[in-house]
Amino acid sequence: MSSQSRLTKVFCTALVLLVAFAGSVSAQGSLIRVGIVNLPPEESGYRQANVEDMNAVFSRANGYDMKQTNTGDNSEQIAAAQGYIRDGVKYLLISAANASGWDNVLKAAKTAGVTVFLFDRLIQTDASNYKAALVSDMAAEGTTAVNWLLSQKLPAYNVILIRGQMGSAAELGRSSALLKARDSGKVKIVADGTGGDSWSPEEARKVVEAAIAAGKDFNVIYAQNDGMAQGAVQALDAAGISHGKNGKVKIIGFDFNRFALRNVQAGYWDCDIQCSPRQAAEISGWIKTLESGKKSPTGIVYQKEIYADTATITDELILSKGINADPGKGVITK
Amino acid sequence: MKKRTHGFQVLLPLSVLAILILINLIKGADYFSVTLINGALYGNIPNILFGASELVILAIGMTLVTSSSGGQDISVGVAATISSSVFVRVLLGSASITWTTILVAFLISCLVGIVIGAFNGSLVAMFNVQPMVATLILFTAGRSIAFLIDGRLSPILANDLTSQIGSVIPGVPIQTPIILTAVFIAVVAVFLKATNLRLYSEAVGINPRAARLNGIDPVRIKLLTYMILGVCTAVAGFIAVTKAGRHDSVNLLKFCEMDAILAVAIGGNPLGGGRFSVSGSIIGAYTIEVLNRTLLRLEVDPETIKAFKAVFILVLMVVSSPVVRAYAAKGVARLRARLDATVAKKPRDPEREEA
Repeated sequence: MSSQSRLTKVFCTALVLLVAFAGSVSAQGSLIRVGIVNLPPEESGYRQANVEDMNAVFSRANGYDMKQTNTGDNSEQIAAAQGYIRDGVKYLLISAANASGWDNVLKAAKTAGVTVFLFDRLIQTDASNYKAALVSDMAAEGTTAVNWLLSQKLPAYNVILIRGQMGSAAELGRSSALLKARDSGKVKIVADGTGGDSWSPEEARKVVEAAIAAGKDFNVIYAQNDGMAQGAVQALDAAGISHGKNGKVKIIGFDFNRFALRNVQAGYWDCDIQCSPRQAAEISGWIKTLESGKKSPTGIVYQKEIYADTATITDELILSKGINADPGKGVITK
Repeated sequence: MKKRTHGFQVLLPLSVLAILILINLIKGADYFSVTLINGALYGNIPNILFGASELVILAIGMTLVTSSSGGQDISVGVAATISSSVFVRVLLGSASITWTTILVAFLISCLVGIVIGAFNGSLVAMFNVQPMVATLILFTAGRSIAFLIDGRLSPILANDLTSQIGSVIPGVPIQTPIILTAVFIAVVAVFLKATNLRLYSEAVGINPRAARLNGIDPVRIKLLTYMILGVCTAVAGFIAVTKAGRHDSVNLLKFCEMDAILAVAIGGNPLGGGRFSVSGSIIGAYTIEVLNRTLLRLEVDPETIKAFKAVFILVLMVVSSPVVRAYAAKGVARLRARLDATVAKKPRDPEREEA
C-alpha cells in the first residue's frame, strides 16, 4: 500500500516537473524554431564550410532554436523534413540531395504554415511550393571568369577547357559562358576534356598531357574547380611550360579553396572564382525581416560571388571567403 | 597445357596494348619520343607509367585476394584514403618534415592499411561473408572516417620533400612514383618467388576444403592476402597523396577500385579465384591507363568518352571470356588437326579420302 502511494507520489512529481519543463520551453518562445535539412559535411569542403556557417548563424545567441539533419539520402532528407513539420518548426531550410520527389512534403509544409527556404540546391517543383531559394549562379560564375579572361587583353585566347562532372549544374553553368565566347569568336577552345564524376585532378592532368602530346598551342587553362586546375598545372610543370602571373599560360580555377587562393596570391595561378557556401547570414536576414512583419524576397535569388586575381587578392579575403585548410601565406600547393 | 593458357592470359592484354599503341603511333609518330625536361624524362611513356602507378599497385593486391577468396575488395580506394589520411596526420603532427619523419609516417600508414586489410579479411575468411559485401562496409563508411582523421578540412602537404616524392627528386631523371612502383613490383616478385604464397593462395582459391586437407589453413591464407592488399592500399594512398599535395578525403582515388578489378579481369585472371598472374594484372592496369589516354588523344567528346571506354571494355571482356576462349581453342585445335591431316595426306587425293 505504502509502496503504491510512493509510486503515485513519484509519478505526480515527475508529471509536475514535466509540465514545468514544458513551461520553460514555451517560455523560450522568443526563439525562432528552424529546421535545416542539409547534406553531410563529409560530402565536400564546400559542404563542411556550409554546415559550419549554418551552425554559426542559426545559434541560440542569434535567437534561433535550430535542429538539423545531415544526410546524402533523399528519402532520409524527406523524412527529416516531415519530422520538422510535425514538430512545428516555423522555418524549414532545405538543400536537397535530389532535385525531385519533394512535392508532397513541400505542400505539407505549406498547409502547416511552415515557410520553406531552399539553399545551394534547387528543387524541381512549382515555385509556389517554397518561399525563396538562395543559390549560386553557376552561369554568372562562368561569365565572371570569361570577363576576367577577356580583360587580360591577350593577343589570342587558346583555351584548354576542363569540365567537371558532365551535366552537373556547375559544369553546365561554368561551361556556358566560355562556349558562348567561343561561338562569338572571342576565344578558341583547343582542347575540351573533363575530370569526370569526381572532378579528378589526375584526369585533368591527363587532358593537359594529351594536349601537349598533340602539340597544341594554348595559353589559358579554364578548369572548372580548383583540384582540376591543380592537376592541369602539374602537367605544365612536368612539361616545363611556364604559367601564372609572368608565365605563358593563364590558370583559372573555381571554388575559392584556400590553397588555390594562396597559389593565386603567389602568382603561381592567375584567377579563382568564388562559389560561396555561406548562405546562412542572408537567409537569417530574410527570416528576421519576415518576423518583423515586413516582406522578404521570393523565388530564386542568386548569391553575389566574386573573383580574386593576383592584383585583387588579400589575406583577409583568403581567410574570410576561402574554404578548406589554409596552407599559409607564401606556400604554394603544387 | 597449363603453360599455353597462361601464355594466352598475358597475350590478350598485351595485344590490346599493342593495338592501342598502334593507334597512338598513327596519330603521332613521335609517340615513344622522350625528352629531358627540368632534369627528368618527359614523354608519353613516362606519363603513362606515372599516371598508372597507384592503379598498378592496387591491381597487384587485388589479384592476390581474388585468387585466395574468389571475390574482390571494393574498398581499396577508400582504404588508401584512410591510410593516407593517417600518413598526413602523423606527418603534419611531427615537429619537422624530414625523410625520417616521412618514412615513419609512411610505415604507420602501412600499419593502418594492414589493420584495414585484417578487418576486411577476417570478415571474409572467418565469417565467410562475400568479399564484395564485406568490403561494402568500408566502401560506404570509409571516406567519412578519413574526413574525421583529416580534421574536417583537406590538409595541405605543401613541402619540398613530399612534393619530390609526388614528382621528381632533383638529380634523379625518373619521376619518383615510377621508381616506387618499380620497386614495389620487384618486392612482390621476390616475395612470390621466395614464399609458397602463390601455391597456397591458388590452392585455397580453387578448393578451400582440399587445401585444408592438405594442411593449408584457408582462413590464414585469405587473411594474409587481405593484409597484403592492405599494404598495397597504403602504398597507393601514399603515392596518391604526395602527387596531389593535399588530402582530399572526398575525391582521392575515387572509383579506382573498379579500375583495379578491371585490371585483374583484363589480365586474364579468373575472378572466381584460383590461378592468378600478377604480370597479367599489371599489364591490365597499364592497358587501362593507355586506353584513357588514347581516348583523350583521339579527342573523343567529354560527353561520350565514358561510352567509348565502356564499349571497348565490353568487347575486350567478351573476347577474353571463357566461352569465346574455349571456342577459339576448339577452332585452333580443329584447324591444327586439319592441317596435320592435309600434311600427312598430301601425296594422296584429299577428295577420295573424305569419302
